[in-house]
Amino acid sequence: MTKGFIHSIQSLGTVDGPGVRFVVFTQGCNLRCGCCHNPDTWELNKGTEYTAKELADKASRFIPYFGKEGGVTVSGGEPLLQSEFCKEFFEECKKYGLNTCLDTSGSILDDRAKKLLEVTDRVLLDIKYTDNEKYIEHVGCTLDKPLAFLKYLDDKNIPTTLRQVIIPGLSDDEENIKRLAKIKDDHKCVDKCELLPFRKICSIKYEKMGIPFKFGDIETPSAELMENLKKLI
Amino acid sequence: MEHKNWHGFKAGAWQNEINVRDFIQQNYKVYEGSDEFLETATERTTELMKKVQLLFKLERQYGGVLDIDTATVSGLTNYAPGYIDQKSEIIVGLQTNRPLKRGVNPFGGIRMARQACEAYGYTLSKNIENEFHYRTTHNDGVFHAYTDEMRAARKCHVITGLPDAYGRGRIIGDYRRVALYGVNRLIEEKKKDKAALAERNFRSVEVRLDEELYRQILYLGKLKEMANMYGFDISEPASNAKEAIQWTYFAYLAAIKEQNGAAMSLGRVSSFFDIYIERDIEAGILTEKEAQELFDDFVIKLRVARHLRTPEYNELFGGDPMWITEAVGGMGEDGRTLVTKSSFRVLNTLYTLGSSPEPNLTVLWSTQLPEGFKKFCAKVSKDTDSIQYENDDVMRPIYGDDYAIACCVSAMRIGKEMQFFGARCNLAKLMLIAINGGYDATSQMHIGPQMPVLKGDKLDYDALMERFDIYIAWLSRLYVNTMNVIHYMHDKYAYEKIQMALHDTDVHRYMAFGIAGLSVVADSLSAVKYANVRPIRDEKGYVVNFETTGEFPKFGNDDDRVDLIAKEMTHKVITELRKTPTYREAEHTLSVLTITSNVMYGKNTGSTPDGRRAGAAFAPGANPMHNREENGALASLNSVAKLSYEDCRDGISNTFSITPEALGRDEDERVDNLVSILDGYFAKKAHHININVLNRETLMKAYEDPESYPNLTIRVSGYAVNFTKLSREHQREVISRTFHEVM
Repeated sequence: MTKGFIHSIQSLGTVDGPGVRFVVFTQGCNLRCGCCHNPDTWELNKGTEYTAKELADKASRFIPYFGKEGGVTVSGGEPLLQSEFCKEFFEECKKYGLNTCLDTSGSILDDRAKKLLEVTDRVLLDIKYTDNEKYIEHVGCTLDKPLAFLKYLDDKNIPTTLRQVIIPGLSDDEENIKRLAKIKDDHKCVDKCELLPFRKICSIKYEKMGIPFKFGDIETPSAELMENLKKLI
Repeated sequence: MEHKNWHGFKAGAWQNEINVRDFIQQNYKVYEGSDEFLETATERTTELMKKVQLLFKLERQYGGVLDIDTATVSGLTNYAPGYIDQKSEIIVGLQTNRPLKRGVNPFGGIRMARQACEAYGYTLSKNIENEFHYRTTHNDGVFHAYTDEMRAARKCHVITGLPDAYGRGRIIGDYRRVALYGVNRLIEEKKKDKAALAERNFRSVEVRLDEELYRQILYLGKLKEMANMYGFDISEPASNAKEAIQWTYFAYLAAIKEQNGAAMSLGRVSSFFDIYIERDIEAGILTEKEAQELFDDFVIKLRVARHLRTPEYNELFGGDPMWITEAVGGMGEDGRTLVTKSSFRVLNTLYTLGSSPEPNLTVLWSTQLPEGFKKFCAKVSKDTDSIQYENDDVMRPIYGDDYAIACCVSAMRIGKEMQFFGARCNLAKLMLIAINGGYDATSQMHIGPQMPVLKGDKLDYDALMERFDIYIAWLSRLYVNTMNVIHYMHDKYAYEKIQMALHDTDVHRYMAFGIAGLSVVADSLSAVKYANVRPIRDEKGYVVNFETTGEFPKFGNDDDRVDLIAKEMTHKVITELRKTPTYREAEHTLSVLTITSNVMYGKNTGSTPDGRRAGAAFAPGANPMHNREENGALASLNSVAKLSYEDCRDGISNTFSITPEALGRDEDERVDNLVSILDGYFAKKAHHININVLNRETLMKAYEDPESYPNLTIRVSGYAVNFTKLSREHQREVISRTFHEVM
C-alpha cells in the first residue's frame, strides 16, 4: 500500500463539503497562493505517515456523525500530489460506504488524478481568480489548468462545488464574480458555488514559521460585501 | 374510580392506583411536526417579564441577593402569599411574600444559615437563633457521628462538597400527582400504606417508615393549606390546563419552601401538561397563544426561585443555581415518541422570555426523535446556549419511559426512585496521596494507609497502579461510610416530607458517588506509561512535582491507549464502592461530574504527571483537559463516549463549546450539522452533553463589561448559568476552555 503524508486531521469539518465531515489535510503543495491559510502544509514528504486503510479505519470511527450528507474530505496541501494514496484512501472509505470529497486546486490532471476522480463523489474546486495574470502572479500556475480540470469533471459528470476566496483588491469586484458565474453556468457538473471571505487567522502560522504572509496587509471583506457578491452568483 | 374533572380522558389503571405514567400513555398526543405552530409572547407576558428583569437588575446591584427574611424559618405556610404583579399573573405562588426575597432554612445547619445572612449584611433573628439552640440540625447530627478519618478526608479535600451542612436535594417529587389526583386522594393512599405497615413487625426500619408516613401525610395537609392561602382548593384533581399547571406548581413550590437542597429538580411535566392543554384546545376554551402564555407564566415563576447560600457553597456550585431540571422529549417504550407540542412550548420560553439558565431544560435525545423536534432543539441551542442533552436510548432501557433528571445528569423513575447525593472525591489528589504513601503534600496531612513513598527516578506504571488500587479501595470504603452517616442524619433531621409524600411509599434508592479529575488522572497515567515521568522530591523525600519528557497520548483524541485508562478508572472506583454496604440498601452509582467545583478541586491539588501545574483547574466533569484535543471536536466526543454508562449510572457530563463558524456556513447548515453531531455522539452511547455555540470573544467582552451582558447564558457542567453571575475565577476558567474553531 502507498503511504500518505498527512499534515493533520480534523474530525469535525463542516465547511469542506456537505454535512459533517472527517477532513484529512495532506502534506505538500505545488502552488504558493498568496492567500494560503495552511502554509504549514506546503513542504513535501513531511507529516505523519498513514496507510490508506489506517486512515479509513480512523474515519470510520465517526460514521455515526455523518448523517445523510456527510463523509470524508481530503484537503491539503494539494491532495493531487498524492493521488495514488488518496485513491486508495477513498477506495477504503467506499468499503465503509462513505461519501468522498476532494478539495483541490485542480492544477494537476494526470492519469493518477483521473483514477482518483473515479472514486470521488464530489470535487470542491478552487477557482482562485478568473484572470490569468493574477493566477500567474498570486498562485503559481495558469488559469487554464483548473479550467481543464473542470472540463474533465464536466465530461465525467462529477458533482462539483466551485470555491473562491474573496480577497479585497484582487477578487472582490463584480466583474470577477460575473466571470465566475459564467464558468459555473458553462459547466453542468457545477451545482454550487461558494464565496469565502479572505481571513487572516492563519497569520500566526506564518509568524511561527518565520515566513512572510504575502497578503498580511489585506483586510477581511465586510459581511455586507460578501452578501452582495453572493447575490451575483 | 371516576372523577368529574377527568372527563374526556381515556380510562386506565391510573384511575385505580397512583400511576401518572399510565395516564400519560393513555392520553398523550404525539407531535411530529415542526416549530411553525409556536406563538410569540403576549403583551401581558412581555410586560411582566420587564418587571422581572428589573428585579434581576436590582438583585445584581445588591450583590446577588435582593432581600432576606431573617425572622421567618422557611416553610409551606410561614409566609403571606407573594406576587410579582398579582393582577397580571396567571400562575401564582412565591417562596416568600416578595419576589426574590430569600427565606432562611436552618434545618441543614444553623451555622450555615447564620453565615449566609452575614455574607450579605444581614443578621439572623434572635428568635431563630434561640429556637435552633435547642434543636439538633442535620449538620449537628453528621458531626456528632463523623469519625476522625472522615473529618480528615474532608479537611484535606480528598472528598469535598458533601451535603453535610446543606440540603442534599436531588430528590424529585412527582409533582404531577397533585394535579392528576388532588391532594385528598394522595392522603388517602398514604393512609392505606400506613395501615398496611401496621401489620408488620416494628423493627427500626418499620418505625422509621411509620414516622415518615406520618410526616408525609401532615405535609400533604400543609400543602392544601398553602394553596388555600393563595385562594385555591387543591383537594380535588385539576379540571383544566391552567389548574393542572397551578396544582403542579404548588407542589413544587411546597418542596422549595420546605427544602433548600442543592438541586431541586422539577421532573418531566411538559407532555403531562400537554394532555390538559390539548383537551382545553379541543373544547375551544384555550388558544395556542394562551397555551404558550401558561407555559411562560409558569416558567417565570421558576426563574425567580432562589435559595440562600454561603460564599463557600457558591465556590462549589457557582452562579446561584437551583437545578430546576425539566426533562423534555424522549421516546416511549412502545416506540412512540413522547414529544408533544408542549415539548416545543417549554423550549419556546427561551424565545418568549429570553435565554436563561433556569429551568434547566434537558432534552432526552434519541436518534428516533422526530426530525422537526431535533431541528428545533438544535436551533434553540445555537441561539440560546441554554439546553443540555442526555441519551434517552441508554437510559430508557434502565429507567423506563417516565424517568426524569435530578440536578444535571442523575436519572431516576419519577415518584418511584430517589437518590442520596454524594458530591465527589478527588481522584487526582488520591493518585498523589498514593504516590506519597498516605501523605497529602498540599494540606501536609497524613491520611489513609501509611507506606513508603514510591521509589525511583522514573515512575513505573505497574508499581503506581498497584499502589493506586490500594488507595482507591481505602477511599471507597471511607466514602461509602461517610455517605451513610450523612444520609442517616439527613433522614433524621431534615427529612423531605412533601417530596417523599409525592413518591411511592416503597421507594428505590440510589447512593450517588462521584469523581473529579478523571481526565487529569487518565493523562497522568498515560504519561507514566508512554513517556518519562521523573518525580521531584522535597527535602523530606515526598514527591511534590514531576518532570515529564516525551510524547504521550492524551484523553480527548479518540486514542484508545489513554481513553481506556479513563474507562478502567471509573470501573475500578465503582467496583470498590460496591464492596461497602449502604444506608437503606441504596444502590451504588457513580458520576463524572464536577459542577463548577473543578476549579476548587484543582486549587487543592498539587502538580500532576500530565504537566498540569499545582493549583490549576481540572477540566469540568468528564471533559478532556483544556486545549489538549488535537484532532478536532468529534475525536474529543468519541473519547468521552467511551466511558461506560453501566459504570457511571449517575451520569457522565461533557461540556462542549463550538464557534458558530465551525458548525457550518449558514443557519440551516448549523442546525443540520448540530443534529448530526448529537445523533452521532449518542449513537456512540455517550450519556450527556452541554452545547454552547459561541465565540470566546463574546465571553471576554462579558468578562470586561458584565453590565452589557446581563442575560448571557452559558452551559457549564450539567447546568447553565448567567455568565456574569459566576465568580471572576470561574469566568476565567470558562474562557480558558477549548472552543472548537475553524482552522
